[in-house]
Amino acid sequence: MIAPPRVWWKPLGQLERSWLLIGLVWCIFLTAMMPIWFFLGRQNVPATTYRATPEQFQAQVNAMIEQYKVGEERGFPIVEPPPGSDVFIQARMWQWYPIVKLKKGETYRLHLSSLDVQHGFSLQPMNLNFMVLPGYDYVVTITPTTAGEFYVVCNEYCGVGHHLMIGKIIVTE
Amino acid sequence: MAVTSIAREREHAIFRTCSATGLKVDLAAERLIIANAVVAVVMLLIGGIIALLLALTRWQAIHLLNPVWFYRLTTIHGIDMLVAWIVFFEVAGLYFGSTVLLNARMVKPSIAWFAFVLMLVGGLMVNVVVLMGGSDVMFTAYVPLKAHPLFYLGYILFAVGALIAVALFFVNVVVAKAEGRYEGSMPLVVFGLATAGIIATYTLLSGALAFVPAFFWSLGLVDNYDPGFFRNFFWSFGHPAQQINLAAMVAVWYALAFLTVGAVPLNEKLSRLAFILYIFFINLGSAHHLLVDPGPSFAWKATNTSYAMYLAVLGSMIHAFSIPAALEVALRRQGHKRGLLEWLRKAPWREPGFAALVVSMFVFGWIGGVTGVTIGTEQINMLAHNTLRIPGHFHATVVGGTTLAFMGLTYYLIPLIFRRELKLKKLAIWQPYVYGLGMALVSVGMIAAGLQGVSRRHWDVTFTQAPFQSPVPGTVHLALAVMGIGAIIAIIGGTMFLLVVLSSVFTGKRQEATSVTLVVDPPPFLGYMSEKEEKDAQLQPRGTFVIVLVFLMFFAAYYLSNWWLLGRTWMVR
Ligand code: HEM
Ligand SMILES: [Cu+2]
Ligand SMILES: [Cu+2]
Repeated sequence: MIAPPRVWWKPLGQLERSWLLIGLVWCIFLTAMMPIWFFLGRQNVPATTYRATPEQFQAQVNAMIEQYKVGEERGFPIVEPPPGSDVFIQARMWQWYPIVKLKKGETYRLHLSSLDVQHGFSLQPMNLNFMVLPGYDYVVTITPTTAGEFYVVCNEYCGVGHHLMIGKIIVTE
Repeated sequence: MAVTSIAREREHAIFRTCSATGLKVDLAAERLIIANAVVAVVMLLIGGIIALLLALTRWQAIHLLNPVWFYRLTTIHGIDMLVAWIVFFEVAGLYFGSTVLLNARMVKPSIAWFAFVLMLVGGLMVNVVVLMGGSDVMFTAYVPLKAHPLFYLGYILFAVGALIAVALFFVNVVVAKAEGRYEGSMPLVVFGLATAGIIATYTLLSGALAFVPAFFWSLGLVDNYDPGFFRNFFWSFGHPAQQINLAAMVAVWYALAFLTVGAVPLNEKLSRLAFILYIFFINLGSAHHLLVDPGPSFAWKATNTSYAMYLAVLGSMIHAFSIPAALEVALRRQGHKRGLLEWLRKAPWREPGFAALVVSMFVFGWIGGVTGVTIGTEQINMLAHNTLRIPGHFHATVVGGTTLAFMGLTYYLIPLIFRRELKLKKLAIWQPYVYGLGMALVSVGMIAAGLQGVSRRHWDVTFTQAPFQSPVPGTVHLALAVMGIGAIIAIIGGTMFLLVVLSSVFTGKRQEATSVTLVVDPPPFLGYMSEKEEKDAQLQPRGTFVIVLVFLMFFAAYYLSNWWLLGRTWMVR
């Protein structure tokens, strides 16, 4: 609060020096964890992204539904694409469409895009979260490791029906 | 009260001399500080009333508001708190630091008033537009969710006003130096504020980059505004804006440490280095809002959030040691030398500024800092993005930390700047504890709910009106209840603050301050340490060293357990 003496450039005390060193090591560790996990970990942030207009994306969704539809629930088609294939989930105010059925232990390329505003793909209760933007096709390569019924909540505010927006992913053994 | 008129270069500044500190106060600066601080507190009042309504809505057992009003008021709460309260108060702080603390004058009061009006008009415009409906877009206003054009215009006016105020701060500092108003180097508090000012400049320019195109787009003059670009520009504004708060808050911490126990920085070099780390690295941290966005690569995300950000974290680690160490050494020099922690027992816990300082540092560091670094880690962000963990984190930083520090400083502005006696001292003594406890519960409740996947900005965790209902475990309801109860306690703490301030300002006796402290005796002024004292083993901050080691262990435990959590979920790439 007060002006320091003219010369304040003095060496650090013993404890200050130790703490600075500990802090620096900790920060280097924090930094290193990300590349380490990138190479060794099994959960990494997807980076594959394509451009897709809402029309293009919707066409892909519809083509997938036509090919792999296996049922219907509450007006939502249920699709079961083969393991390893491309799966398209579209977001719009205020639904995730369609319901998809996956196999445990198999890998899928999940394409996420929006037809209108920004939405948030929030897979519950696994709690994996990704942004879904119009104009971008975000490819999430995913391998379910547990079976059951999972829900896709929208966790980016997308208008007054935001809390009505919930979808479903079914994983079978 | 001594009033002198100093004429320099056709400017006439009228000064009074503060009877408690001997500082010279330019009356024009004083009026500006008061105006900005008053608007700030009014905004805090509005935002606070809304906060209670929001918390009581998210507390599912009460579920107070309907969805339209929940989203509308969330928009207003974000803007009035994060933008209006914080920035108005910061402008008051910048004027205070660049005039009063330097014995200097306000160089262009008329322009400062112009900036004040711009900010006020901009802020009111946004509030009115949102309240009228049709602009429920949250303070982030992500395109293509469209608000009324005046919404964006209000934002722009506010930012321009703030930018002018920041420029005036620098003008004041430079002129003060040129006119030889102070001796020696710039005080650390002003240095910290200057850091905030530099960060503010590029932050507000990014804000313009985000909102000016959005304004034209809302008018229909631009067809398409890429949502990815908007997010990038917005967060180049939105995140560094938080670092302005951080730098300003740390400056306020140093000020409170000086006012309440007479603490001076132990090593100016180290403390200044920490601020410089902020300037260089902290703005890259804005990328951690884009961690799970489509577009950027792994390397882009990791570099921006880590390499650079952790050097900024180092800056904070330095402050986390330096400030408590300064308190400890000051108290040890006053004779509380025994053992590791005698100084802590003998500290002036009844002094509101000291309590605000300690509680603010604790909530900020232990809850806000630890959770912030963790969720800002690229891969861990997948578990946290847009869940209640995010508001849980920043209600510990900007609400439990910054807001409480600013509240603490306000108590001292009342005798020193408003020149009123502080009323309701009893309330002031308890206020930082009540408010801090409430905010800690709010944050912890939100974090606990977010860890279980509860979304932020969401009206209904039970999805009663939706096509499917995901099961909601009882622990979610428990976490939300903790948040709601914390909110009630925090609102009581906030009300105590407003009662003290308003009753002092409007009904307090007009008097010159006689002491810098409010409750306890003023600390002896010991100044900087002598060579001999620096070598004295009894004066080393050993207690602080132990405290920060415990802090680091807690930090590591929380951080590593999040990697463990991540390792249990589905494989994703
Ligand atoms: C008693 C004090 C406060 C309480 C109980 C409180 C409570 C809340 C609640 C319940 C939400 C909504 C969370 C959600 O559903 O996503 C919220 C959002 C928020 N609050 Fe507070 N708040 C308080 C004070 C503050 C202060 C002082 C600030 C800023 C300095 C602040 C900044 C924000 C921001 C930026 C948001 C996010 C809005 C958004 O998501 O758009 N709050 N608060
Ligand atoms: Cu949505
Ligand atoms: Cu939504």
